[in-house]
Amino acid sequence: MDAATLFERLRAQFGERVGEANLAAKDPWIIVEPAAIHEVCRYLRDDPELCFDALSNLSGVDYKDHGYIEVVYHLYSYAHRHYAVLKVRTPRENPSVASVESVWKAANWLEREIYDLLGVTFTGHPDLRRLLMPEDWIGHPLRKDFVEPDEYHGISTRRESLLR
Amino acid sequence: MSLAGFEVEVEQVGRNGLETEEMTLNMGPQHPSTHGVLRFVVKADGEVMREAIPDVGYLHRSIEKIAEKVGYHGFMPYTDRVDYVAAMFCNQGWAMVCEKLAGIEVPKRGEYCRVIAAEFNRIASHLLSIGTMVLDIGAITPFFHAFREREKINDLLEELCGARLTYNYMRIGGVAWDLPPGFVEKASAFLDRFEPLIDEYNDLISLNKIYVGRCANVAVISAEDAINYNLVGPNLRASGVRYDVRRDEPYSVYPEIEFDVPVGTGEIGCVGDSFARYWVRIQEIRESIKILRQCFKQMPDGPVIAKVPRKFKPPAGDAYVRVESARGDMGWYAVSDGTEYPYRCKVRTGSFAAMSIIDKVSRGLMLADLVTVIASLDIVAPEVDR
Repeated sequence: MDAATLFERLRAQFGERVGEANLAAKDPWIIVEPAAIHEVCRYLRDDPELCFDALSNLSGVDYKDHGYIEVVYHLYSYAHRHYAVLKVRTPRENPSVASVESVWKAANWLEREIYDLLGVTFTGHPDLRRLLMPEDWIGHPLRKDFVEPDEYHGISTRRESLLR
Repeated sequence: MSLAGFEVEVEQVGRNGLETEEMTLNMGPQHPSTHGVLRFVVKADGEVMREAIPDVGYLHRSIEKIAEKVGYHGFMPYTDRVDYVAAMFCNQGWAMVCEKLAGIEVPKRGEYCRVIAAEFNRIASHLLSIGTMVLDIGAITPFFHAFREREKINDLLEELCGARLTYNYMRIGGVAWDLPPGFVEKASAFLDRFEPLIDEYNDLISLNKIYVGRCANVAVISAEDAINYNLVGPNLRASGVRYDVRRDEPYSVYPEIEFDVPVGTGEIGCVGDSFARYWVRIQEIRESIKILRQCFKQMPDGPVIAKVPRKFKPPAGDAYVRVESARGDMGWYAVSDGTEYPYRCKVRTGSFAAMSIIDKVSRGLMLADLVTVIASLDIVAPEVDR
C-alpha cells in the first residue's frame, strides 16, 4: 500500500486528528495528533488490509527552533511487506504523547529511551523509567539545549588535555 | 532500577504452612557470561526465576549525540563502536542512510566490496556468538575451534582495511580501498578450508546430547511474540518467520546473489527455542560462504567509491534505512538540516529488542538457563546501550 492511499484511509477514519502529510519525502510521512496516536496505531495494526504488525523504530527529535519535539514511528508489516512513517509533534515544554506499548511490546523500551534522552512523557506506559542514563541523572541529553554538568556524584566530567 | 538489587534480600512467605523464601539476586554488571557489561536483577524461588529484570546503560557512550557534533564523514569510525563484533554493518548502515539523504549512487564494485566485507564479518560474528554460547554453557574446547577460524577472518579483514574489529572500511559513496592484490585467492582458499570445519564443529558440540539438553525447548519464543517485540535477524527466523532484509527489502547487490534464508524448523527441540536460534546461525554461516563465492565470481571492475564532496551537506530531510546485520535488521534514522552536521541520528539495533524480551521468556526457567537465554539471543551489550 502506498503512502497516499494510507493517508486517505487515515483521513477517512480519523478526520482532523490526522494532520498534514509529506508524500514527496524520501520516506513519506503523515502527522498524527499526540493524543490520537494510540488509536491510530491500533487501527493500523488491526485492519486486515494494513496489518502493521511491527514497530520497526521509534525516534525522538528535538526541533528546538520550532518549539516542538517530534516522535517518529517507523512501522512495518511482515504480513504485507509495506511500511509507513508517522510523526507526532508535541511542545518542548511539558511534552506528552499517548503510549503505544499496548499495541506493540517493542514500544516499551523504545519509549523509555525517548523519555530518558528527550524527556517526553508517554501517557499510559506501564513502566516509564529511565533506561540508559542513571536514574538520578538531571536533564535529557539529546535535547539541543542540554548542557553537560560539571560533575556527577563528585566525579568531574572535565578532563585536562594531555597535549600540553 | 534501585541499588537495592546489589544486596541479597530474604523475604519470608508463608504458603500452605510452609516457610519459603524468595530471593532477589544480582547478576552482573561484571559477569563472565554477560558478554559485556549488563546487569540483571533476578527474583528467584529456589532455582526457578520469577522475574529477571535487565538493567542496561552501563555502556552508554552517547554515540547518537556524538553524531551531531562530528559531521557525516567524521561519524564513520564511531559507528564501529555501536556493535564492535559486527562493525561492518554499522558502517554500511550509516553510509546507506547518508547516501539516501543525498541521493548518491555507489559504484557496482564498491557495493561488491561492501558485501564481501560484510559477509566475512557476519561469519566472524556468528562464530563468536556460537563459540561463546557453548562456552557459557560449560564446553570450553569448541570455543577455541570457533575462535581459531574467526582469527583467520580477522586477518583477512585486517589486510582489507587495517583493523581487526573496528574497521572504518566504508565511506559515504563506497568503500575506502579496493580489495588488496591476491585477496580473492586468499579468501577463496580460506573458505575452501573453512567449510568442512563447520561439520567438524557440529560433530564436536552442536549435536552433543548434554548441549542439546541445555538448549532444546528452553526459552521458546513464538512467532507472534517475536514480531511484537520486534525481534530481528536469526532470533526472528528461529521462531519460524522467513524474513531477511537482504532478500525481502533488498539493498546493495543482494538481488544479484542467490542464497537461502534458514529458519527454525524444530527438528531438535522446537521452533523458537534456544537451540533453534543457535542452529540458524550455523546454517547462516554456510549461506554467507555461498554469497562470498558468488561475489568473487561476479565482481566487476571499476571504481569503488563515488565522488562525494568533502564538505558533505545533504539536503534537509530525513531518511530511514535497514541493514541485515549479524544480529538482524538494524535501523538507521538520520535527519539533515542542510548543514555539515547531522541534526539527529538514531540507531535501532537487534540486541536492543532481544534484551527487552528476556524478562518475559526467562520467567519460570531455572537460574542457570538465564545464561543460555542471553547467549542464544546473541546479545552484545554495547549495541543495546550505544
